[in-house]
Amino acid sequence: MSSWWSWEHAIGALPTLLDGFKITLLATVLGTLIALVLGLIVAIIRRSAPSIVSAPVTGVVEFVRMTPLVVQLVFANLVLSPYVDSTLAIGIWVLGIHYTTYMAEVYRAGIDAVPTGQWEAATALSLPRSRTWRAVIVPQAIRNTLPALGNYAISMFKETPFFFVIYIPEMVRNAQTYGGDTFRYTEAITLAGLIFLAASYPTSLLIRRLEKKLA
Amino acid sequence: MDGVIGFFADLGPNLQLLLDRSPQIIEGVRVTVLATVLGALLALLIAFVFGIAQLSKAAVVRWVARIFVEFFRGTSLVVQLFWLFFVLPQLPYPLGFRLDPLLVAVLALGLNYGAYAAEVVRGSINSVPKGQYEALSALSISPARGMVRVIIPQAWALMIPSLSNLWIQLLKGSAIVGSITLYDLFFQVEQVRDRTGTWFAYLFALLAYFLIAWVIVVIMNALEVRAKHSIGRGPALREAWRSLFRPPGGKTAEGGLA
Repeated sequence: MSSWWSWEHAIGALPTLLDGFKITLLATVLGTLIALVLGLIVAIIRRSAPSIVSAPVTGVVEFVRMTPLVVQLVFANLVLSPYVDSTLAIGIWVLGIHYTTYMAEVYRAGIDAVPTGQWEAATALSLPRSRTWRAVIVPQAIRNTLPALGNYAISMFKETPFFFVIYIPEMVRNAQTYGGDTFRYTEAITLAGLIFLAASYPTSLLIRRLEKKLA
Repeated sequence: MDGVIGFFADLGPNLQLLLDRSPQIIEGVRVTVLATVLGALLALLIAFVFGIAQLSKAAVVRWVARIFVEFFRGTSLVVQLFWLFFVLPQLPYPLGFRLDPLLVAVLALGLNYGAYAAEVVRGSINSVPKGQYEALSALSISPARGMVRVIIPQAWALMIPSLSNLWIQLLKGSAIVGSITLYDLFFQVEQVRDRTGTWFAYLFALLAYFLIAWVIVVIMNALEVRAKHSIGRGPALREAWRSLFRPPGGKTAEGGLA
């Protein structure tokens, strides 16, 4: 009887998994940064730009949010690969822009939750519009939204395996390649899942504590 | 011709080609819708079972449910899909069975998003005001009956917006099932790409998913209007049909996934 779990294969797959994990982490961190910054910009545009600007932005945001990341990845890769050398860069930007649409919603809720009195106070003090946003509204809004933003960062982390459709060697793709090469999928794919769990569970506990602290 | 210019120049012939291939495209839509609907039903079942189990008085039940939810949320959807497709058949007897790709897709989508939805169910039941529970014991209604007749109907109205977002996530997640040899909408559209060019094929695919997502939005909005009306907190569906086309988002109870 062949043993269903081979430590030899588990150890054999580990280096390629960890190499992939580095890419997974890199994509998560950069994708999150893109989404954090663009999300805030989109939220502010939707709130304060004239409707000739904000209506199309809203339309595009809805469209991107309601269509699959996988399709967007393959599409962007085919269109951009003649101009951009790095597939990873394309993947990270698509991931970041996809989550921008979620984070914009989070910011919007956070901005809405800032009491009207704060706006009125800023007007009474005749603070310029840009300073009102920068010094009064955004700091309070971000405090409200930290847990939700953190949750989306974890969610991005767990969606990086979608990169396999454009052949980026992240962890799950490497696990599958290892399986295909050795005809042993069990160890590589199981380990990939466990690594995801080991990384995302503590982070989500941390965010839950943050949530309680801020509430 | 490819690129944006090609997209417009070849629009007519491309639409014709799409029409010629409509049996395959429709088959793809059928597979996507089937996986999305069955996956959502499984997810809903899992969400209620494990969401309510987490509120159980018995610590063992709570813990088992907690571990289940954290496990399926923590390991990525793609991993679960590949595990069921590649690893499961390699396990020894009596476990080593090969499942139909559609079943693999429904299981992975249902388990993964069901675990997220269990958190929504738990959170919504928790946010039903305590006074409702007190009213149940004051009227000496049994806990089980009170749960079914009083608590869940109120929680249901609260959880629908979040469930709506999750269902759309599930639809979007289903676009990877081509990698486990399940020929869904995305797979079928990719088959026409070399004939129609990238822009046409992928814009069509995105639009098709967008439309399916909107069907989900309308269904869930209708359920929400009905749920609120049934607990006396809003107009009937007949009067509020306009709100069916309200876009989703912005009001997830749980503030996103994870």
